Amino acid sequence: MSIPFDYETMRLIWWALMGVLLIGFALTDGFDLGSAALLPFVGRTDAERRMVINAIGPTWEGNQVWFILGGGAIFAAWPFVYAVSFSGFYLAMFLVLCAFILRPVGFKYRSKRPDPAWRARWDWALFVGGFVPALVFGVAVGNVLQGVPFRLDSDLRSFYEGSLLGLFSPFALLAGLVSVAMLVLHGAGWLTLKLEDGPVRDRAQRYGQVAALAAFVLYALGGVWLAMGDIGYRVAGVAEAGGPSNPRMTETVHAAGAWLANYGAHPWMILAPLLGLAGPLVALVGIRGRKDAVVFAGSSMANLGIIASVGLSMFPFILPSSIDARSSLLAWNASSSHTTLFIMLLVTAVLLPIVLAYTAWAYKVMFGRITEREVNLNPDFY
Amino acid sequence: MIDMAVVELSRLQFALTALYHFLFVPLTLGLSFILVITESVYVITDRPIWRDVTRFWGKLFGINFVLGVATGLTMEFEFGTNWAYYSHYVGDIFGAPLAIEGLMAFFLEATFVGLMFFGWDRLSKRGHLLTTIMVAVGSNLSALWILIANGWMQHPTGAVFNPETMRMEVSNFKDVIFNPVAQAKFVHTVSAGYVCASVFVLGVSCYYLLRGRHIELAKRSFTVAAAFGLASSLSVVVLGDESGYALTDNQQMKLAAMEAMWETDKAPAGLALFGIPSNSAHETAYEIKIPYVLGLIATRSLSGEVTGIIPLVERADHRIRTGILAYDAVEKLKVNPRDLVAREAWERNKNDLGYALLLKRFVADPRLADDATIDKAAWSTVPNVPALFFMFRIMAGLGFFLIVFFATAFAFSVRRRFDRKWFLRLAVIAMPAPWIAIEVGWAVAEFGRQPWAVEGVLPTFLGASSLTTTQIWATIFGFTALYSIMAVIEVKLMFSAIRHGPDRYEPYEGGPALEHASRQSSSSTFTAIPAE
Repeated sequence: MSIPFDYETMRLIWWALMGVLLIGFALTDGFDLGSAALLPFVGRTDAERRMVINAIGPTWEGNQVWFILGGGAIFAAWPFVYAVSFSGFYLAMFLVLCAFILRPVGFKYRSKRPDPAWRARWDWALFVGGFVPALVFGVAVGNVLQGVPFRLDSDLRSFYEGSLLGLFSPFALLAGLVSVAMLVLHGAGWLTLKLEDGPVRDRAQRYGQVAALAAFVLYALGGVWLAMGDIGYRVAGVAEAGGPSNPRMTETVHAAGAWLANYGAHPWMILAPLLGLAGPLVALVGIRGRKDAVVFAGSSMANLGIIASVGLSMFPFILPSSIDARSSLLAWNASSSHTTLFIMLLVTAVLLPIVLAYTAWAYKVMFGRITEREVNLNPDFY
Repeated sequence: MIDMAVVELSRLQFALTALYHFLFVPLTLGLSFILVITESVYVITDRPIWRDVTRFWGKLFGINFVLGVATGLTMEFEFGTNWAYYSHYVGDIFGAPLAIEGLMAFFLEATFVGLMFFGWDRLSKRGHLLTTIMVAVGSNLSALWILIANGWMQHPTGAVFNPETMRMEVSNFKDVIFNPVAQAKFVHTVSAGYVCASVFVLGVSCYYLLRGRHIELAKRSFTVAAAFGLASSLSVVVLGDESGYALTDNQQMKLAAMEAMWETDKAPAGLALFGIPSNSAHETAYEIKIPYVLGLIATRSLSGEVTGIIPLVERADHRIRTGILAYDAVEKLKVNPRDLVAREAWERNKNDLGYALLLKRFVADPRLADDATIDKAAWSTVPNVPALFFMFRIMAGLGFFLIVFFATAFAFSVRRRFDRKWFLRLAVIAMPAPWIAIEVGWAVAEFGRQPWAVEGVLPTFLGASSLTTTQIWATIFGFTALYSIMAVIEVKLMFSAIRHGPDRYEPYEGGPALEHASRQSSSSTFTAIPAE
């Protein structure tokens, strides 16, 4: 079988597809995380909380697959990234997994008993299941931007030399807060669309306004930090874009401000951060003007723009090493083989449209606002 | 050098999380098809009892399903967190089925399971049946892809080592997908899942029959489970795992270890019914053998030989020596990729590179190994023989018991005799049997693969991440605590749902007329079907 795209093109496509996956995750499961993080605050009574839970009840499970697929696809297309990042961020990954384990169980088991103490416990478990991943994902991205303390030996075995607490640097915390704000805003955007007019929706929108402002300010601050702070990496010499996947064959150096270099070289890329800044403002306008669709469109723009801007700023870097010049993972040196990338592209090209089609159908079947009345009457509700 | 404590703890954690995950998966695999059967009957006959039957088992399905999903998350990421070098070394092949599993199977089951639970009042009857079918198809497809991945670890076809990238890379993806070991494993594993669900449904139904409650539901469910269980229990054994065992050295080793067969017997070999094998003395005491049977099963012929452990160790010894030449070539190619002599030596010996890596457990550089070390490494290819010997017999014994069990159940259901107390009690007591067989079966398959993570390619001890024992202890403790709490809650909810029994369904119409009638309680708005 001859492969119609060269290795460089395949890597570029898979770099973009990794972005599609992460954005797909944020756009769908992102509002589940945000809604769960808002749950104890926007719902005061049991019925109110059940409105929030049932607003995401029928679809969270499918949305969560974006997270699982993220793991699987990175394994298949970027095995170095899968191996180095998950073993390096070992305990952080463990926290995320625990939070993610609490979530399905919380959705399903909370409603099985009417006991208020039982339900209150699950409400907090759901809050943890939404808030912790949102925070840790952002902190992880912050660390990736700063560079991660790992090195590869000549067998390409990776060694990580950081600690769990070392992950929480000021910049990483800022990134964590951007992520929380952006996902909480998205959760508020979803609840705006999905809940009947009433106190729960009003509260969700009030938190949404705070989150929108926070997302705008913190994200802008992050951009300033990238420009002024001592952060960024660049390739020293040439990285052969079609070369073998061996990170020790390329050399990279720490260079302050280098994460903004791509915007000078490719001005069109500036669209992504502009979208990231405009999204929260659009959502804010939507809330003020009581235009529900605009709120959700704004929060989606924010997610899309912010995530895309991180990827574009770093390109071709995926995971820079802060301690070894010959270990950084790039789009050009950390992928699967040419054959595997091509096979996986074929598989994705066939299956992803089908997935999107039935997912859209599922949302259509469950279309409509959740009312307190239905929460009280429908025997199938959580 | 490799820290063996890290390796052993990583193995312990993987075993714990995989075995725990696999408490829920088989029930999901089978119960999803039982739901398809009962709901199909509902759609065809239009009798509401079948809808209530489906909804009742659907409720239990949901309690179980959610933990399968939750614990599956750990599995998807555990290769990266705890087996980073493994992930790098074989990710080019192994990652693909995992990604395809997500795209093809997880999305399907997860998207439709939401509609299955929430869609009763929003979908037509046929539309709802379609969602149930999609859930069953999705969960079974996920078993297919994970077993293609696992089958490749047992029999790594369609891949070659690339010295430039220091990893295995795909050479023929078709071979990876149509791996005969994977095919056999898939049929064996999903059939075991169907058996598991059938035992579960039959057990709960018999509990109701004993108590004289929900008789209508219990008889119907009994009938469905007996037929489905009989077909599946036959399929588990007949289409069992044995067929792939003649393929490779390690698969032969696994078979020899399961049979505790130290020397090659004259063909056709006999099947050991009982014995007490000893790993250190290399012999099996008190052996009772049935002549011919093993040779017939394993080689499908009268003349095929089943190779014993000691000759297989000799073969490994030889492959280690060739492997050292391959290892030396790789080290030279690392320094100078254009070294033609090394390239030529590599091409000649590359199939045995993995065997040289076995030496890394004893010496940092395999090229420095002496004869005694090579001998030790060759003997390290023998898995734990007594453990495999006994575990295999537990699994197979339970398998045959379940065939007899379902044949009996089927006979009773055909003659409509739902009143045999001894059988009803037996069915309740037998409920743990398939779970024991399945967990032990997993252990046979994966213990039997040792010392390899990927047979002949990568020893398990090299696959682990560079972590500290403290880190792994922390997560073992954390997972154990979290999983134990979940297990207690799950079992309690299952029991209470079973005690509560089925409900008569009153769909939510959204009209104001219903509001008055159903306001009495907010958590359960529909009434239990009275006990009969």
